Amino acid sequence: MLEPTATTQAPITEEKRPETGSPLLPDEPLATIESSNSWQVIDVRDVWAHRELLYFLIWRDVKIKYKQTLLGAAWAIIQPLFTMLIFTLIFSKVAGIDSNGIPYPIFSYAGLLPWIFFANSINHSGNSMVSNAHLITKVYFPRVIIPIAAVGAGLVDFAVAFVMFLVLMVYYRTQLTANLLMLPALVALTTLLAIGVGMWLSAINVKYRDVKFAIPFLVQIWMYLSPIAYPITIVPQRWRLLYSLNPVTGIIEGYRSAFFARPFDWMSLGISSAITIVLTGYAAYEFRKLEKGFADII
Amino acid sequence: MRPIIKVEKVGKKYVLGTSKGTYLTLRDTLTSAVRASFKRANGRSACREILWALRDVSFEIAAGEVVGIIGRNGAGKSTLFKVLSRITEPTTGRVELYGRVASLLEVGTGFHPELTGRENIFLNGAILGMKREEIARKFDEIVAFAELDRFIDTPVKRYSSGMYVRLAFAVAAHLEPEILLVDEVLAVGDSRFQKKCLDKMRSVGHQGRTVVFVSHNMPAITRLCSRAILLDNGEVVLDGPVHKVVNRYLNSHLGTTAVREWSDLSRAPGNEIVRLRSVRVSNDAGEVSEAVDIRRPVRIITEYEVLQSGYELLPDCQISNAEGLLLFVTGDQRSSWGRRPKPLGRYRSTVVIPGNFLAEGTMIVAVAMNTLEPAQLHYMEREAVAFEVIDTLDGDSARGDYAGPVGGVVRPILPWETEQISIYSETEVSEMQTS
Repeated sequence: MLEPTATTQAPITEEKRPETGSPLLPDEPLATIESSNSWQVIDVRDVWAHRELLYFLIWRDVKIKYKQTLLGAAWAIIQPLFTMLIFTLIFSKVAGIDSNGIPYPIFSYAGLLPWIFFANSINHSGNSMVSNAHLITKVYFPRVIIPIAAVGAGLVDFAVAFVMFLVLMVYYRTQLTANLLMLPALVALTTLLAIGVGMWLSAINVKYRDVKFAIPFLVQIWMYLSPIAYPITIVPQRWRLLYSLNPVTGIIEGYRSAFFARPFDWMSLGISSAITIVLTGYAAYEFRKLEKGFADII
Repeated sequence: MRPIIKVEKVGKKYVLGTSKGTYLTLRDTLTSAVRASFKRANGRSACREILWALRDVSFEIAAGEVVGIIGRNGAGKSTLFKVLSRITEPTTGRVELYGRVASLLEVGTGFHPELTGRENIFLNGAILGMKREEIARKFDEIVAFAELDRFIDTPVKRYSSGMYVRLAFAVAAHLEPEILLVDEVLAVGDSRFQKKCLDKMRSVGHQGRTVVFVSHNMPAITRLCSRAILLDNGEVVLDGPVHKVVNRYLNSHLGTTAVREWSDLSRAPGNEIVRLRSVRVSNDAGEVSEAVDIRRPVRIITEYEVLQSGYELLPDCQISNAEGLLLFVTGDQRSSWGRRPKPLGRYRSTVVIPGNFLAEGTMIVAVAMNTLEPAQLHYMEREAVAFEVIDTLDGDSARGDYAGPVGGVVRPILPWETEQISIYSETEVSEMQTS
């Protein structure tokens, strides 16, 4: 408690208040607070103004992720590597799936690398609003930074797992070609899709905690509906188009084309890109609509 | 003079049951949708309770002003704070801010226990809206201010709570926004360090920072602010010089509330186990009274409904003075109901505070209901009622015939005994003084 002391100065009264009205005040308000309508899109300028906070939140997530673990960042490799070993045993050795002439282990790792990034990102991102509730109810910043930061932190694991992939490429003597130049674009597309899905899930999660339970389930089904453990070629031709409506399909196949010097399926990549953009746009709209109530219901 | 904060007809509506409660599951929504459609079929409308936490609030604050926002719990202070700091959107009206805002709803927002002091300074600074370059520039100053240089690379989970609060305050004290919104936060921590923070916050630039301070702490408000705004029921009741507003709050507002009743059970403090019905202050004649004689006992009477049986329910009262200092806590440990589970029903618990115990002045009563095993707080109504203790100067109270100010937070009449244990002559006294 603040103790009143004998020496406290008398409060400044109306008359004695120093002249503080300043000509320095801007003509336009720096911020206007009012009930927004849901058609307002995410304020990109506001997000940009808070880019340093985005950076710090990513940095925090990366920093604390492997605190007090024995193996630390090795987990970023262990997860795809062991999944690869299990897939190799089941799909290649037992089920005998053909991997288009590429050694199955590296074939599946090439799919698991982006997939695990994507799956972990939407899981982390989808729960991010709820796990950061203490921030949301205490300070203002564009809320959308939170699910974006959760995806951003996953990129570090992706980079670590990618180093392992390079080791596998050397081991299997895979040729590096100009196709690899598509990699940054593919990573950007994966990130955008993860942000879109994660943002949407995180907003719904604020209201319906069912999302927390639905995410692992969604991730599992989604993986089997995407060409991770098997090549797209085992999907019958007449189902291909429908199959490609899953945006992950084009992306995963894109990675394989980049790594294994196969021609890109531009059609499928185009569909993935279009769906990703539409989905992220829709997610941003939904997020904006639900955002108003976050602090009141979280 | 142009305002730096302009609040125009701001209103905030909450729909009770859906937005104020806990989160929903999809199933809840589905079942309530089904229920609602049945109700509609029955020709009854599914009524939802609407609460306007703020109504038509308008005011302007000029640059450099230090303004306090006061009012009892539920008056809308926190909602107004959250609207001004953009944590929640208003339902109606608008606010224009002509300066950079930083809001302190708590100190140490976003502190992560696993991160070191150094790392948390950067993280917390960024969360409070500081630029990285700004934090780096002020870093040494912050560390020195927090008096933590030796521990700056230790994870904060190993800090004592005092160190933690010092670090958190140090970051907050180095914010340099044009508008600073401060909630009750500054009422925690040790008072020496607190004063240091407040002084630091006030000693800014030539122009002076605009500060909006939301608090229950009247001495702090009167000391820091030049102007105060009194809210009640979501509306501005009085806006003016701090003394006038604080007096109005303490006298007319709290002084007349010797009785609080909750007629609507669903909105009464409590839960599905027990709900508070009323709290009264009465004198020893059994009359409800706002002003009690310092020599006479005063009764605090609470009535509550037990809605689920089988719980040991211990009512308690906390008495604080006008400065917010907690004088004592008293609970029903001794009555015949003390530790027996209470069957369903309505109950009345009365505690008698003896005469010649409390000091003069305003006493604020908080009432709570606890279960000890397993520990559960069913309700806690701060500022439930208040009363004034008056010393009539008749000569038989603890002050006796002395009419001047008497300090202290309690004023008991304690047994004193004085006896003469030896007798001196005047020569003996002068010998004692010369030797």
